[in-house]
Amino acid sequence: MDLHIVGAEANAAEREAVDQLLGPPSTGWHGASRDIERDGRSAAGGRRVSGGRDQLLPALHAVQDAMGWVSHGALNYICARLSVPPAEAWGVVTFYHLLATAPRPAAVAHVCDDIACRLHGAESLCADLEARLGHAVHRSPCLGQCDRGSAALITRAGPEPERFVIAPATAGAIVDALSTDARPESTAQPVVDAAAAGDKGARIVRRINVADPCSLDSYRHHGGYAVLNKAIAIGAAAVIAEVSAAKLLGRGGAAFPTGRKWQAVAEAPAQPHYVVCNADESEPGTFKDRVLMEQDPFAVVEAMTICGLATGSAHGFLYVRGEYPEAERAMASAIAQARAAGLLGPSVAASGFAFDIEIRRGGGAYICGEETALFNSIEGKRGEPRSKPPFPAQVGVFGQPTVVNNVETLVNVLDLLDEGGAAWAKTGTAGSSGTRLFCLSGHVAVPGLYEIECGRTLRQAIALAGGLPAGRALQAVLLGGAAGTFVGPDALDMPLSFEGARAANATLGSGVIMVFDDTANLHDTLARIAQFFRDESCGQCVPCRVGTVRQAELLHVRSASSVSSAAPASSASSVSSAALASSAQSVSSAALAESASSVSSAALAESSVLLSELGLAMKDASICGLGQTAASAIESAFANIASLKGSEPS
Amino acid sequence: MSHDDIAFHLPPAPRDIPAAPAGPAPTMVPLTIDGRAVEVPSGATLIDACAALDITVPTLCYLKTLTPVNACRMCVVEVEGARVLAPACSRQVEPGMVVKTRSPRVNLSRKMVLELLGSSVDLSTAPGLAEMMAEYDARPERFHQSLTSAPSVSSAALASESASSASSAALGESASSAALGDSASSASSVALGDSASSASSVALASSASSASLAAGSVSVASVAQPVKVDNDLYVRDYGKCILCYKCVEACGTDAQHTFAIAVAGRGFNAHISTELDVPLPDSACVYCGNCIAVCPTGALMATPEFELRKAGEWRPETQAVTDTICPYCGVGCTLTVHVQDQQIVKVTSPFDNDVTRGNLCVKGRFGFEYVNRT
Ligand SMILES: Cc1cc2nc3c(=O)[nH]c(=O)nc-3n(C[C@H](O)[C@H](O)[C@H](O)COP(=O)(O)O)c2cc1C
Ligand code: SF4
Ligand code: SF4
Ligand code: SF4
Ligand code: FES
Ligand code: FES
Repeated sequence: MDLHIVGAEANAAEREAVDQLLGPPSTGWHGASRDIERDGRSAAGGRRVSGGRDQLLPALHAVQDAMGWVSHGALNYICARLSVPPAEAWGVVTFYHLLATAPRPAAVAHVCDDIACRLHGAESLCADLEARLGHAVHRSPCLGQCDRGSAALITRAGPEPERFVIAPATAGAIVDALSTDARPESTAQPVVDAAAAGDKGARIVRRINVADPCSLDSYRHHGGYAVLNKAIAIGAAAVIAEVSAAKLLGRGGAAFPTGRKWQAVAEAPAQPHYVVCNADESEPGTFKDRVLMEQDPFAVVEAMTICGLATGSAHGFLYVRGEYPEAERAMASAIAQARAAGLLGPSVAASGFAFDIEIRRGGGAYICGEETALFNSIEGKRGEPRSKPPFPAQVGVFGQPTVVNNVETLVNVLDLLDEGGAAWAKTGTAGSSGTRLFCLSGHVAVPGLYEIECGRTLRQAIALAGGLPAGRALQAVLLGGAAGTFVGPDALDMPLSFEGARAANATLGSGVIMVFDDTANLHDTLARIAQFFRDESCGQCVPCRVGTVRQAELLHVRSASSVSSAAPASSASSVSSAALASSAQSVSSAALAESASSVSSAALAESSVLLSELGLAMKDASICGLGQTAASAIESAFANIASLKGSEPS
Repeated sequence: MSHDDIAFHLPPAPRDIPAAPAGPAPTMVPLTIDGRAVEVPSGATLIDACAALDITVPTLCYLKTLTPVNACRMCVVEVEGARVLAPACSRQVEPGMVVKTRSPRVNLSRKMVLELLGSSVDLSTAPGLAEMMAEYDARPERFHQSLTSAPSVSSAALASESASSASSAALGESASSAALGDSASSASSVALGDSASSASSVALASSASSASLAAGSVSVASVAQPVKVDNDLYVRDYGKCILCYKCVEACGTDAQHTFAIAVAGRGFNAHISTELDVPLPDSACVYCGNCIAVCPTGALMATPEFELRKAGEWRPETQAVTDTICPYCGVGCTLTVHVQDQQIVKVTSPFDNDVTRGNLCVKGRFGFEYVNRT
């Protein structure tokens, strides 16, 4: 490859930020100043150099953290260091919403305006902040803090960059965070409850609010690392046998049998193998993996280590979403402590088996939670999903056999190995063994994380969270997040198991239970969900790239119409309208006049036909799960929720 | 040379061209497509298998000389037992597959792909697109009708809509034409009066606060944009781009290895771009034009064709098309010369040519002015 790097050059601070990550440049061919003696008679290039491509996203983060944005000069310097063509690096930097390509204030607030927070006034919070702070405020999809009411991620660029979350967030706290250097003390302990976790009591959450998440000793004191020793003793094949016997299904949304996945990777002939822990948790309404990583990080480390042992992998990646600075810090500290104690490294616990973990930070892209998009993201490419087959167990990250599991899935492995797979599987139902973490949010008295035995009912789950606010009636429950399904009050007796959900034509997805009482404006929620998919589509395939846009437009029109008929002065339509304005087009006054004068319900009926045909095509013809599920919450809402039936697509 | 031990000996000259070493015979994979049995070598794709049966599968982002990106989803087919449709251009055959290439699901998805593209991209210079639209009964204007003429809806109009939808069932079923006709007239008469005023007042309010759209009306997002003319050799009209990735592949690892362009942005904002969208002369582009050769929509177009089209003088039916050899260097690429009115107006190369696989360099593709001037 003949790199063509011209134009702006990086300034000293930008170089420093990159060099801190990559070390100083070796030659003038890779970004050092030209030295005729050293560089004049030799050139370096080829695979050995371009092998650094996977450092692209970390390098972009380094510059973003230090400077607050990625300039042309910084991009050029990174390209020279990593032998990446500038056009491709530009493709990557423009893919991630947390990376800025134009100057902006050093301190920026990313304020959640997503579906759960909207129920608690996020729209007016955002509007207020935008009026007061302008470019320093960015609206964000769900920040995974839905149990706390409203949330903001603060990023402060500089030589000592700061990234932290304020939740619950008030306008005052956000303004303060942007105008001072102070960092608020971290937020209160999370609500974590295991009252319905079954006979054996709390499992996944048993150390939370009990052990000290910052201390390896405390983790060990509460039983930590006993299971790794057991795994080392019984060996890889026996570990996989236990996981299979436990019938553990993946908790990331797709419910794939974990034992089968591990077996396939363990048997894959190509070497090396990799472990990837999917901690990109970005499904609106989901916060379980964040709580696990923040409150019990050593469990994630231990579980990944066992996974590495079982699948013959020496290298693990933890891909944590960029909006989770606290979780990233907790995990980094846990990994460092484990490494120092010999529990990660060339010989884990003196067993001779090598395993280590590298953290990769996401850049603000829901799609990077899709496993193959995640691989591309790690490899320094755009986070576009790949076509499957081939599946990750054959061709995963760096083209190698890869086992990719959700955080919660992995943490389950500790208990099931401890108890023995068959015994562990006695909790739960025949089709859904074990317990699950459910993220209760919205209109419930005590939002939080609830560990619940599979098979308990939705009604029980909502009751655990204290039920609805007094005097309110249930309108709808969103199960599984934006990619999930809406159910009505008639579904309250649905068992929370994979088979129970399937029988009700619903999904549990990532464990979201978001409750909407009769005061909620569901048109607004649906418009926001449509906007979410429009914003988060990677843009690769036509059904999703354009389909999510058309769906958002059609929903916007419907949402707006419901507003003018129901509540005259409402914030409801402004989500989608503000967000829509960010798209390339602006509304033409001609179109407006036309729409005002020629309303017809034939057109409305036609828009219903369009919505349903769009839904079918997105489901059938999209490359990945994002497009395939982009219509499901919306369709299920119109089908299941009484209050929407009046405006239901025909 | 006196030192025999380091002397270089020519290998004996072969008398015949040696045959390729015999590899293992490819395993044949049996499958059924549209009810007909076929066997193809393992590793073949569904589109290869369809070709073996003379079944045409429509494609937009597929080209034999490029790695499939399976992005357009025009080629989807139904594989029995699979949850979703499969892209024929890249899905490899498996023994016993039962495939349908024209089921209702397939037809609907292809129609929607065409309508989604047609409603957001200028397809006027894309060869074959009009025929595909007709074949799949695609009507991209449906979106514009629905989004720009529909509900800015007063409560009265909404009420009449729910009345009409009450007669039809759930999502997925279209309203009966009788109900449509009825409510259309009643709704529009109601709407004329009061929704006009309510819509405009909403518009005023929201545009005052945040330059946002008026409630109830929405522009139909498209990729329309000015043509990029920043060099003498070719123009880039990304208002015609369907984001098929072909140009990126041709500029990158599938042919040119120049990497001047890539996909930037995300979602509907994804677009083909140089770094920071700098003009081509500031980019790595070497003007090989291999991207132009693979572009299926005319978004990338050599300047002579662009100018002739602009003047209304592009007449492919009158052009003489002749294969010849590039005069510039010893590689000897096959050139296909397109001549209109005694002037060379375009140079391409056949995709099935062993030497070029459709690719040329700047000289072969653009260096013909001297012929036109003599
Ligand atoms: C659009 C999309 C987003 C996803 N996001 C996540 C995520 O944030 N976390 C996760 O664990 N899985 C996510 N998944 C599912 C993963 O692709 C994958 O199935 C999962 O990580 C496998 O782990 P498991 O078997 O332990 O569930 C997502 C899938 C899609 C299609
Ligand atoms: S379905 Fe959407 S997110 Fe998935 S590959 Fe296609 S465009 Fe990208
Ligand atoms: S002309 Fe060649 S080098 Fe230039 S963008 Fe096209 S393919 Fe790349
Ligand atoms: S410019 Fe042409 S070849 Fe490139 S992506 Fe767009 S349509 Fe495809
Ligand atoms: S944090 Fe706001 S919706 Fe989840
Ligand atoms: S031709 Fe197969 S997806 Fe485009």
